[in-house]
Amino acid sequence: MPEITYAAALNRALAEAMREDPKVLILGEDIGSLGGIFTVTDGLLAEFGPERIRETPLSEASFMGCGIGLALCGWRPVVEIMFSDFLTMCMDQLCNQAAKLRYMSGGQATIPLTVRAPIGARNSAAAQHSQSPQAWFAHTPGLRVVLPATPADALGLLATAIECDDPVVVLEHKLLYGEKGLVPAGRHRVPLGKAEVKRPGTDLTLIGLSRMTQIALQAAEELANQDVDAEVVDLRSLVPLDRETVLASVARTRRAVVVDEGVIDFGVTAEIAALISTELFGELLAPVSRVGALATPVPFSPPLEKAVIPQVEDVTAAAWKCMQGKPTR
Amino acid sequence: MKYLPAYRKMLLIRRFEERVAELHRAGLVPGFAHLYWGQEAIAVGVCHWLRDDDHILSTHRGHGHCLAKGADPARTLAEIMGRATGYCRGKGGSMHVAAFERGILGANGIVAASIPIATGVALASGLADDGRVTVVFFGDAAVEEGPFHESLNLASLWHLPLLFVCENNQYAISVPVQKRQGGRGAAAIAQAHGLETRRVDGNDAVAMLEASQWAVQRVREGKPVLLECATIRWGGHHSAQPTRRYRSREELQAAQAACPLARLEKRLIAQGEATPEELLEINAAIIAQVDEAERFARQSPFPEPGAATEDVYATQEGSG
Ligand SMILES: Cc1ncc(C[n+]2csc(CCOP(=O)(O)OP(=O)(O)O)c2C)c(N)n1
Ligand SMILES: [Mg+2]
Repeated sequence: MPEITYAAALNRALAEAMREDPKVLILGEDIGSLGGIFTVTDGLLAEFGPERIRETPLSEASFMGCGIGLALCGWRPVVEIMFSDFLTMCMDQLCNQAAKLRYMSGGQATIPLTVRAPIGARNSAAAQHSQSPQAWFAHTPGLRVVLPATPADALGLLATAIECDDPVVVLEHKLLYGEKGLVPAGRHRVPLGKAEVKRPGTDLTLIGLSRMTQIALQAAEELANQDVDAEVVDLRSLVPLDRETVLASVARTRRAVVVDEGVIDFGVTAEIAALISTELFGELLAPVSRVGALATPVPFSPPLEKAVIPQVEDVTAAAWKCMQGKPTR
Repeated sequence: MKYLPAYRKMLLIRRFEERVAELHRAGLVPGFAHLYWGQEAIAVGVCHWLRDDDHILSTHRGHGHCLAKGADPARTLAEIMGRATGYCRGKGGSMHVAAFERGILGANGIVAASIPIATGVALASGLADDGRVTVVFFGDAAVEEGPFHESLNLASLWHLPLLFVCENNQYAISVPVQKRQGGRGAAAIAQAHGLETRRVDGNDAVAMLEASQWAVQRVREGKPVLLECATIRWGGHHSAQPTRRYRSREELQAAQAACPLARLEKRLIAQGEATPEELLEINAAIIAQVDEAERFARQSPFPEPGAATEDVYATQEGSG
């Protein structure tokens, strides 16, 4: 298995999809000679030419709509939005059009559209280049939402997203683009709606997604040094949500911490906590604990940014809160 | 040129919309119904030159576009009445009628939102080089929305086979266009983006047919075109809305004096294409067609409640 970066894995998924299916094309800003500002489309212009690596004017609403129109006509467009914060420019096209056209047309419209956008706080990019808006899209029926945490999942989820006949929002984390990991050499697909146990454990379950899965894994290492054996479940997809894997894990460990980089209020962690509390109420040894970004815009200055975005120590602290009911061995 | 085929279509739209208004008053049309009466010459003038496999995208005021492009009045009315036999199985209604089998990719409840989608449909035709034309209809208020401007730029930059049809009926709900736009209107904006444009009297079927023939031809050759069609909204913004707070009776009477159907009737008789008796027969036949559509829609069942959760996704992976 080769070891490559998350960005290279996404690049491979795009290149392979475009080689396999002449109906795949990419729309976005700076995706040509520059290869995208995070290098995800590096080299694609040279291989596939400007018709399929279609650099757009700065018109997010319209090139998102253009992607929808292409999808209605049998293409499989991948629309790259430079920062997920800019998805606000095309909320109507994504949430009122792509998400609803199939439904409103009684099943006549099929929209195999993939939308890629980077989320997350990185290097003091401040409030308009740092958010994690996954809850917005998970809250919109008609969209599928996936967030890879590793290079292998980036490859497998993006490949599956492009093949999916529904609109899929693929949210990539900026701090993961440079992270390396082992990736299968051959064809690799990760089904939508399948979480993965990234680290088995018995004492409690840490549930994460995107970069927060990596943070949860680091927290699990620290907890292991203190004799707490944490399981880490990576959700990978929000829609569809793999309720079984989450519930099976927590049914065993009877304690859960949910971690997401989105704003904690009304967010992903609340949904997962409600699921666990509803289904496993009598089994839990402690209330479900949640870790998320503070309910502020993401601030600029490094210590402020760090204060708002979940850190490893926030996860271990939440874990210890859950462990209070733990019998000593 | 023979005008009877266009006349029949226009009359069908008029009688259909009158029926929708009646059914709305009778409580048989849920929600809003934005009527197209008075604007018939535009949809019919443009669609006259379209092939079956050409595409149109429409607006909240879309019944006329759908009928002009060949939608079945019975299934259209069933949709407007929320029935399971409607084109969208009762999930879309008046503002979202779509009939993909007729190239009707959907009316839209968001002002200007179908314009960007149309750029993608046109791009697909351009890439396939299939000679198909995409037409996007929109009102004068869409000209004020950002995506209109963005999409003109895309059409110009990428040479999209896309016909923009602006129906300037002077109003956005209650506000006249002079109170909303400081510029010189859709055609001037499109020209600034490098499109070919024409301004047309949208109440004159003959002028609409002529301008549309030219426009559709240009688009088929691969040039994006914008038609700005002057017309007047006859009724309230939707069928149940009174207009006296913002529009005088005189203004409305003047509008109705420009009735595109009455003008075309005169022309048909003057050039000997039809006698007044023949026009009465056509009218009777169209009323019978609308009666039949109403009978079909009334007899159609409402959707089962379970259908509410169908058609959210095409794929089954999990159920979301
Ligand atoms: C983005 C958006 N803003 C506002 C509305 C509410 N609205 C519906 S139709 C309409 C007026 C539209 O005017 P115009 O585009 O000229 O079309 P007309 O109704 O005259 O046919 C408004 C304000 C809407 N549906 N979408
Ligand atoms: Mg108007």
